[in-house]
Amino acid sequence: MKQTRTMELMVGAFIAAGIAGLFVLAMQVSNLSSFSPAGTYRLTAHFDNIGGLKERSPVMAGGVLVGRVASIDYDNRSYQAVVVMEMDSAYDQFPDDSVASIYTAGLLGEQYVALDPGGSEDLLADGSEIEFTTSALVLEKLVGKFLLNKAGE
Amino acid sequence: MLEWLRELGRSGIGFFEKLGRSSLFLLKTLAGLPGVILRPRLLIAQLLSVGVLSMPIIVVSGLFVGMVLALQGYNTLVDFGAEESLGVAVALSMVRELGPVVTGLLFAGRAGSALTAEIGLMKATEQLAGMEMMAVDPMHRVIAPRFLAGFISMPLLALMFSAVGIYGGHFVGVGLLGVDEGAYWAQMQAKVDLHGDVVNGIIKSIAFGWVATWIAVFEGYDTVPTSEGVSRATTRTVVYSAFAILALDFVLTALMFGD
Amino acid sequence: MQDTATSDTAHETLVKIRGLYFARGERVIFDGVDLDIPRGKVTAIMGPSGTGKTTLLRLIGGQLQPDAGSIEVDGEQVPELGRAALYRLRRRMGMLFQSGALLTDLPVFDNVAFPLREHTRLPESMIRDLVLMKLQAVGLRGARDLQPAELSGGMARRVALARAIALDPMMIMYDEPFTGQDPISMAALVQLIRLLNDTLGLTSIIVSHDVQETTAISDYIYVISQGKVVGQGTPEELGKTDSDWVRQFMQGLPDGPVPFHYPAPDYREDLLNA
Repeated sequence: MKQTRTMELMVGAFIAAGIAGLFVLAMQVSNLSSFSPAGTYRLTAHFDNIGGLKERSPVMAGGVLVGRVASIDYDNRSYQAVVVMEMDSAYDQFPDDSVASIYTAGLLGEQYVALDPGGSEDLLADGSEIEFTTSALVLEKLVGKFLLNKAGE
Repeated sequence: MLEWLRELGRSGIGFFEKLGRSSLFLLKTLAGLPGVILRPRLLIAQLLSVGVLSMPIIVVSGLFVGMVLALQGYNTLVDFGAEESLGVAVALSMVRELGPVVTGLLFAGRAGSALTAEIGLMKATEQLAGMEMMAVDPMHRVIAPRFLAGFISMPLLALMFSAVGIYGGHFVGVGLLGVDEGAYWAQMQAKVDLHGDVVNGIIKSIAFGWVATWIAVFEGYDTVPTSEGVSRATTRTVVYSAFAILALDFVLTALMFGD
Repeated sequence: MQDTATSDTAHETLVKIRGLYFARGERVIFDGVDLDIPRGKVTAIMGPSGTGKTTLLRLIGGQLQPDAGSIEVDGEQVPELGRAALYRLRRRMGMLFQSGALLTDLPVFDNVAFPLREHTRLPESMIRDLVLMKLQAVGLRGARDLQPAELSGGMARRVALARAIALDPMMIMYDEPFTGQDPISMAALVQLIRLLNDTLGLTSIIVSHDVQETTAISDYIYVISQGKVVGQGTPEELGKTDSDWVRQFMQGLPDGPVPFHYPAPDYREDLLNA
């Protein structure tokens, strides 16, 4: 009987270790903990050019992660990219004239959506559209512009 | 030429015949699973020998794999000034690929070969036939608990492997190479997705556990009941499991991450 | 069919085999075998190695399916039984394998308790009593805590015998019980088989090629060779047989109908041709 007891203890420890591994992966390694359990709401924005933005790219406000890009589509009528963002419900106080811009983190870093709050009284709600957007900077266009300016001088 | 074709045909027929037999075998094993759940003691004994005894090798290997990943990753990333991404590199490699695959290979080598040898020896020493004559179905009493134990153990082992590996990477990256601690975790948390990466890794490990255990118990049950037959079956278990895991990994990776 | 004719013999005959035909690939192992195993007696099935004696036991136990013929055990047609019925029948059969077939991961006590625990809902205290009684019967009550690896071959067979009688079966099949035993454990086994048969009212089937020991305890003997029954009778009758083959086998003569030499071309020619 003692033998069964140690056996059960060891198997219990084994299963607990496996669950601890899952816990580490979920809380420490992945982004589960970075979203509050309050849930999410969705915002949409049209951009002329999204550059290297991808699904799951971060959405930042003042450098703080407030959401992630949920999906990227192309609108055939406006010829613009449609970006749907999944926002953390803890941050739902953005005015409806906020500006969404696509920036690059660092010189070689990934691209993200930055939200700059406006001054309106009305707030963005689930499913609203952000009207003011700034597209991503495309390096080739910048270089081309720079060269043209130089040539013009 | 004709002889060569004939040889090819024969091995092809042999392959499908074996596939059919092992599928029937799997069905019979699955039919025995409800009985195992009613007798958890049998399952616990097998979890001990399949899972707990594989734990040391998995944990130690995970630690070293994580450390090597950090060392190699650091040397590459530091050239781009991107050593802050070390955490991401280690975590994604562990969770998506190395966790399930290396655990699967080690599991096949440690637990799978032991299962085949044990069942093969039980067959060679007439223990399985003896059970049948005692009106005890060895599929229910011997095979099903072992299969279920492997199926349960493998994802748990893979989770341990990944978690330990990430801490191993942390030890080398942050502790020895001076990567910023906050950046190691923060970048990782920003880039590793629970559903997309962790859950897919777990699904992979479940699939590998299923296949490796299935091969192990089938090869054991299908052994030619001599000592030579048992040793051959044990080798086959490791070879087939490794092959199946790597091939299945390609298919699953293409399905999961190949958009 | 002939109910009236067979009903009284059905009581005395436990196992009835008619026209048994069994082949493994190209090799014909049984080619029309008829056997009757009487109830309560020790019946031996003898024959040279490789005549499929073990196969016969497996056919009776339903582990193999015959290609033709009928195998009737206690009134039930074994090859036609479904899984559940077959397992019910097997609970009433014991089989002693050549190697003992003890479960290597369990000690002696648990090995004997195994069929009781699998098939009954008896409380642990009663299982303990039963196991100790069975172990006492084979003289190994003191060995209950040993692991199978610690037992000698003869002891392992006795433990297996205790396990085979754990569920109080109606018959026991012995597969080569005397092979590889030293004289002492051989004598112990011979005595045990006879004793258990008579005290427990069992029916025993012994498959063996050890002529001396087998004739010593058998009530009736069948001799099988080349897939057929070549001789049968009580040990005394077989001793006075007029079949050359049976005489060669029973007396263990090196040459006779079964030649010493494997078929070969003429010796002199063979040598000169080189």
